[in-house]
Amino acid sequence: MRVQSPRQRHNQRVLVLAIAYAALLFPAVYLLSRHLVSGPIAYAIGVLPALPVVGFFVVLGAYLIEERDEYLRMLIVRQTLVATGVAMTAATIWGFLEGFELVSHLPAYAWPMVWIAGQGAGACANRVIERRAA
Amino acid sequence: MNNRLRILRGERGWSQQHLGELLSVSRQSVNAIETGRYDPSLPLAFSIAELFGLTIEEVFESPSRSIA
Repeated sequence: MRVQSPRQRHNQRVLVLAIAYAALLFPAVYLLSRHLVSGPIAYAIGVLPALPVVGFFVVLGAYLIEERDEYLRMLIVRQTLVATGVAMTAATIWGFLEGFELVSHLPAYAWPMVWIAGQGAGACANRVIERRAA
Repeated sequence: MNNRLRILRGERGWSQQHLGELLSVSRQSVNAIETGRYDPSLPLAFSIAELFGLTIEEVFESPSRSIA
C-alpha cells in the first residue's frame, strides 16, 4: 500500500470535513429555520455544522505536527499568518462599522469562513514571495 | 544564505528530487535552499553536509563572512 504524504493526508481530511460541513449544514438549517426541534436537541443540532469548521483548525494543527519538511512547514505557517491577519483585520473593521450601525450585522461564524478564504490569500502571498526571492 | 549545494549536487549527477529523497525533504525544499530562498535549520544543514562528507562551512557560506 502506498504511504500518503502528510500533505495528501491533510488534503484528504479537509475534503472529508468539507463534505461533513455540507451534510450537517443543510439538515440543521432545515430543522431549525422551521422550528421543527426545540430545547437541548435544537442546541445539539445547531452546533453540528460548527464541528467540521472547528475540525479545519484541528487538522491544520495536525498537519503542522506531521509535516517533517521544514520548508513546507514554513510555507504553511506563513500562509496561516496571512489568513489570520486577513480574518482579524476584516473582523475588526467590520466590527467597528457594525457598532456604528454603518453596515449590517454579520454572524460570528462568518469570520472563520473569512479565515479559511484567507488561506487562499496566504497561498498567493507565498507564491509571490517565493517567486520574487528566486 | 549562499551555498554550494547546486554545485555539489551537479558533481554527483543527482536531481533535486533525488537529493530531496536522500535528505527526506521535498524537491521544493532543495530548490529553495539551492537558490538561497530558504536557510535550513541546523539539523538539516548538518544532514546536507554529512551527506556530501563535508563540514557545514564547506557547503554554506557564513553570512557574517560574506558581509565582511
